[in-house]
Amino acid sequence: MAVAAWQGCARLSWWRVRPAALFASRRGYSTMPVDDTINGLNEEQKQMRQTVFRFLQQHLAPKAREIDQTNEFKDLREFWKQLGHLGVLGITVPAQYGGSGLGFLDHVVVMEEISRASASVGLSYGAHSNLCVNQLVRNGNETQKEKYLPKLISGEHIGALAMSEPSAGSDVVSMKLKAEKKGDYYILNGTKFWITNGPDADVLIVYAKTDMSAVPVSRGITAFIVEKGMPGFSTSQKLDKLGMRGSNTCELIFENCKVPVSNVLGHLNKGVYVLMSGLDLERLVLAGGPLGIMQAVLDHTIPYLHVREAFGQKIGHFQLMQGKMADMYTRLTTSRQYVYNVAKACDEGHHTPKDCAGVILYAAESATQVALDGIQCLGGNGYINDFPMGRFLRDAKLYEIGAGTSEIRRLVIGRAFNEAFK
Amino acid sequence: MAELRALVGVKRVIDYAVKIRVKPDKTGVVTDGVKHSMNPFCEIAVEEAVRLKEKKLVKEVIAVSCGPKQCQETLRTALAMGADRGIHVEVPESEAERLGPLQVSRVLTALAQKEKAGLVLLGKQAIDDDCNQTGQMTAAMLDWPQGTFASKLTLEGDKVTVEREIDGGLETIRLKLPAVVTADLRLNEPRYATLPNIMGTN
Repeated sequence: MAVAAWQGCARLSWWRVRPAALFASRRGYSTMPVDDTINGLNEEQKQMRQTVFRFLQQHLAPKAREIDQTNEFKDLREFWKQLGHLGVLGITVPAQYGGSGLGFLDHVVVMEEISRASASVGLSYGAHSNLCVNQLVRNGNETQKEKYLPKLISGEHIGALAMSEPSAGSDVVSMKLKAEKKGDYYILNGTKFWITNGPDADVLIVYAKTDMSAVPVSRGITAFIVEKGMPGFSTSQKLDKLGMRGSNTCELIFENCKVPVSNVLGHLNKGVYVLMSGLDLERLVLAGGPLGIMQAVLDHTIPYLHVREAFGQKIGHFQLMQGKMADMYTRLTTSRQYVYNVAKACDEGHHTPKDCAGVILYAAESATQVALDGIQCLGGNGYINDFPMGRFLRDAKLYEIGAGTSEIRRLVIGRAFNEAFK
Repeated sequence: MAELRALVGVKRVIDYAVKIRVKPDKTGVVTDGVKHSMNPFCEIAVEEAVRLKEKKLVKEVIAVSCGPKQCQETLRTALAMGADRGIHVEVPESEAERLGPLQVSRVLTALAQKEKAGLVLLGKQAIDDDCNQTGQMTAAMLDWPQGTFASKLTLEGDKVTVEREIDGGLETIRLKLPAVVTADLRLNEPRYATLPNIMGTN
């Protein structure tokens, strides 16, 4: 079906007439197999990838284009409950709270497969399951865990995390959102920006300054759990982004927002420890995002190269195209080995900021390059939005910026070496 | 019947989404390194059995697979979906090519008797050979009634009402247990195994 549609399609105009039909037939297209033996996954993890892959290719991949075009995921809530049912929303949460009690490698694989189907939904998933849920697991007290985790894990609630502000991104510690204690409440005033899931989240972990005169400045930060509906908390309209469209991002507004003292996450003025240690694991799990995007590029490019003809043969047989396939494949596979191995080490309790930054630095930059190659391989077809190649590039670019810019990641690694020679 | 045991046959086949290639010597299709998974109709059969167990009409669901050692992956999928036990009838790789409905139905017949199963649930056919014979042969060997191409299954006491999809439309028959039923596409929509179930199986 798809093969017949592709052959003899020399003129661009033919494509433009039937993009919908093309995509309807693409549901049957073969994705590229993933060699999980080389990737070092065990039997259960291989099966987990298979199951999650099948579910996502059926229930999410067909919607990815519409989500990107309309900058909206209409069935978000329903899909979240399906994810909850699969057990992927509380993947690192201990079983006693209803979680799946699995490790970071498992989380990375799921993140990768969701991003393979739709990178924007993958980003929202990462923000929910790692930035919000995992932080609650690591830093929440029993009462907080029992109150907030169940609905976040079942998918009834969507989670988010807010640290960045309009003028505090890389320099996050210079945040200005203020939290002043008044009796049994903290009163929050200020704004947060670039918050993934902001418009939809029911539970948010928010970092605010509780001590404006702390020295160093980082010692004045506290983490809070904020609920949608708390008086004084509102969100403004979602941002119109280049990529990751459909993963709703917005500004959070706190106007004398009352947060109960019982919602302090971790300890007063010790928020920076919550923040920084969370960032390492965030980078590790989110590194699954660029892996998924690279796999999606391969899924679409390799078969195309063996169907499209020029000069009397399939273009995948030309040397320069063979070179492109080799470059894309090796970039993906090397990124994967690095990410998976660091994830495995974290599961064994061996946790280094240097490598957590390294994996996402490398994977993200590789993904942008692979996505560019993907567009090039499809030529003119890569340049029109009937094909997803453009979306892959736009989505991939985010990972060089969010969760710590590439520049910050380089500083983290460089400084780690400086420390060793102090 | 709270005492009813369901035996479900599951076959490991080349995944439906894979692009099949013929071997260069034209003796068959390439299977080495190609993605395999559970036959879709077998998945539907497993799902039906698990649903009957959830309704407390079946006491135990036993999954069976015949073939080389990779069949264990298929059995693990069945277990992750909710089957209680998996039986792997090992057939060496060299002989597996000659394994067909006749041999498999003999195995299923023996197992159904050994495990004292009251219901044998199979997929209507496998997507690699499209034989559509195993269910019928098994019923004949066991001398049990059969309800093939089932699109609806209702268990009541010691009778099972099967709505069958046939060429002329739909046919409803009632069978007295023990019986053999083969699943058709519209019988149900199989569940995705949840992560805890997948990781807990070993």
